[in-house]
Amino acid sequence: MDTCINKIREIALKLLEKKEVEKVIGFGNGTIPMATSPIAVTSKQDIKKLVFNSRCGLNLANYIRNQKGKIAVIAKGCDSRNIVTHIVENQVKRDQLYIIGVPCRGMVDKTKIASLFEDEILEFSEHGDTLEVKSSLKEEKLDKKDYLRENCRLCMHKNPVIYDELACDLVEEQTFDTPYPDVEKIEAMDPDTKWQHFTDLTKNCIRCYACRNACPICYCPTCFVDESGPQWVGKGQNETDVNTFHFLRAFHCGGRCTDCGACVEACPMDINVRDFTRKLNKDSFEMFGWEAGLDPTRRPPLDVYSPDDPNDFIK
Amino acid sequence: MKFITIDKKDWAKGIEKSRKTYRLFGPVKDKNGFLIKSLENDTLPDMDYHDTIMSAKSVLFPQTEKMFRTTLDESQEDHHIMKRQKTDYSPRAVVGIRPFDAKAIELVKLNFDTDDYRDPYWCDAFEATTFIGLGINKPGPFDFSTSAGTGPFCEEGLDALLADLDDKYLAKVLTDKGDAFLKACEFNTIADEKESQALFDILKKEAEKNIVSHIDTDKLKGKPILELHEAPFWDDIAFSCINCGTCTFVCPTCWCFDIQDETKHKISTRIRNWDTCMSPLFTRHATGHNPRATKTQRVRQRFMHKLKYFLDKYDQGIMCVGCGRCVKSCPVNIDIREVCNVMNSYEKQD
Repeated sequence: MDTCINKIREIALKLLEKKEVEKVIGFGNGTIPMATSPIAVTSKQDIKKLVFNSRCGLNLANYIRNQKGKIAVIAKGCDSRNIVTHIVENQVKRDQLYIIGVPCRGMVDKTKIASLFEDEILEFSEHGDTLEVKSSLKEEKLDKKDYLRENCRLCMHKNPVIYDELACDLVEEQTFDTPYPDVEKIEAMDPDTKWQHFTDLTKNCIRCYACRNACPICYCPTCFVDESGPQWVGKGQNETDVNTFHFLRAFHCGGRCTDCGACVEACPMDINVRDFTRKLNKDSFEMFGWEAGLDPTRRPPLDVYSPDDPNDFIK
Repeated sequence: MKFITIDKKDWAKGIEKSRKTYRLFGPVKDKNGFLIKSLENDTLPDMDYHDTIMSAKSVLFPQTEKMFRTTLDESQEDHHIMKRQKTDYSPRAVVGIRPFDAKAIELVKLNFDTDDYRDPYWCDAFEATTFIGLGINKPGPFDFSTSAGTGPFCEEGLDALLADLDDKYLAKVLTDKGDAFLKACEFNTIADEKESQALFDILKKEAEKNIVSHIDTDKLKGKPILELHEAPFWDDIAFSCINCGTCTFVCPTCWCFDIQDETKHKISTRIRNWDTCMSPLFTRHATGHNPRATKTQRVRQRFMHKLKYFLDKYDQGIMCVGCGRCVKSCPVNIDIREVCNVMNSYEKQD
């Protein structure tokens, strides 16, 4: 992955020079260790700002809506699946995009790494599968595979599913006998434990909506929690209102979520909101054999009607 | 100035004693980070923390606060008459608040307690609260407090300031409130004033030397508002913004709120919730018109309010204390230090 940035920049340069695209949407370095920031590069001299590494945890499909002209976008496996979802849901046209596919070796769990240190991380670098992290008190060499984000560890679509050009060779995909071990653990809980689990999960939520806003499929012009005439949900810290937001958002993502992990990446309170969406992903997979964003010609299962639907209630 | 030495062995006992008079708030470890919380039962403030994800502003300004209530039961004589909610304004103390967070409360006070308006909820809570600060011996890499008008041993807004000296705390008593709190803890070993002040001076100097992060604000005051408002850099700054409310909610000086009526059965309550200028709903009119309909307008508003409008209106510096929370928590790493420097150095091209 260290080397693919040269190829990404080469492709970006070619596209901008030939004026094939208005801008290239990718990641730039942040101002603090481990941070990256989505950027739009429009000129040749800014191409060097593009980076790609294991801290690019947000989903760039979130930045391709409502853009003028043709744009290029850098897409990991999950970003590409959300691009497919955008195409299926008419949020963007395929021919408006030049997709620079980047086979992904996983993003790191920044919170997990930060929790190894008592003080702030001052330096972070990666060399292949080794992460070097420094604070003022100590220095750690970490094996990247131990610090992958949970969704990356369980990822079955590291390679972009749609692209115009690849920035590096495809990587081997993983398969799992139990692709949803986390969900199974929650499913096995008795109702009281389960309720407690979800109560604890959201108890620190500050309703900043970073999860929703980082989510590429949460693009409703007005989210149900922002409806004001009439208002649908209480806006305070009442537990029921907070959970209503999380439950309904998750249901709205049912059959559409690619488990890209941008929601968790964005959450300032470290809430694993994937505990909600993963259950619906598992259900979609088990009931409909469906994984979101793999096929631009098929609509999500909760979004279609078929005369030969096996369920009686719908006929 | 009075100084008091507190042996750390006596700390827990003293804090316990203060509970007879005070409700306590302080830093507590929670999952992966620290939060300022109400210290229930025998929870002690965790004085070894580096920073808290959220500031101490919620002690005076809860994210959701009940203001009024009334009954809708028409058989009651006072039905439909909003009356102020009964709230506990007995003495409370925030133990271990960071100096920049206390300074932030001073800045928020400029808004909630003016000659024309006095916000009774905030002001009553403010009057009930004693702020016991903890100086920062080793400021973190995101701390730019010294260039934001405060610092690791700043005393503004505090009632007492503690310095951590490994096996003991040295407390500098700054107000009568601070004195009363330390008395309630029965911390009464008076330390030599001259020596103690010298020690504070050294700690302050050392800590300030360790601050690596700075902003430039010197030219902001002289810049015409409209020039900054119409500057060409806002679209670039706003590009990555996802318009969540993280920056404003973690900010110790952001004080905007929204008022809502909620009814359950026959009881109606008027509450206020933190609101955020990052949300389109913040400015949406009843007509549907939104004067800040675009992301760029909202991002610009946040920085202009903090770094220009506030400065111009109150002449008390910028509405930022340099705690660095927004820099750290922003999902896309929009960095107020960079934005501030861009604004400060901007010259309009003719």
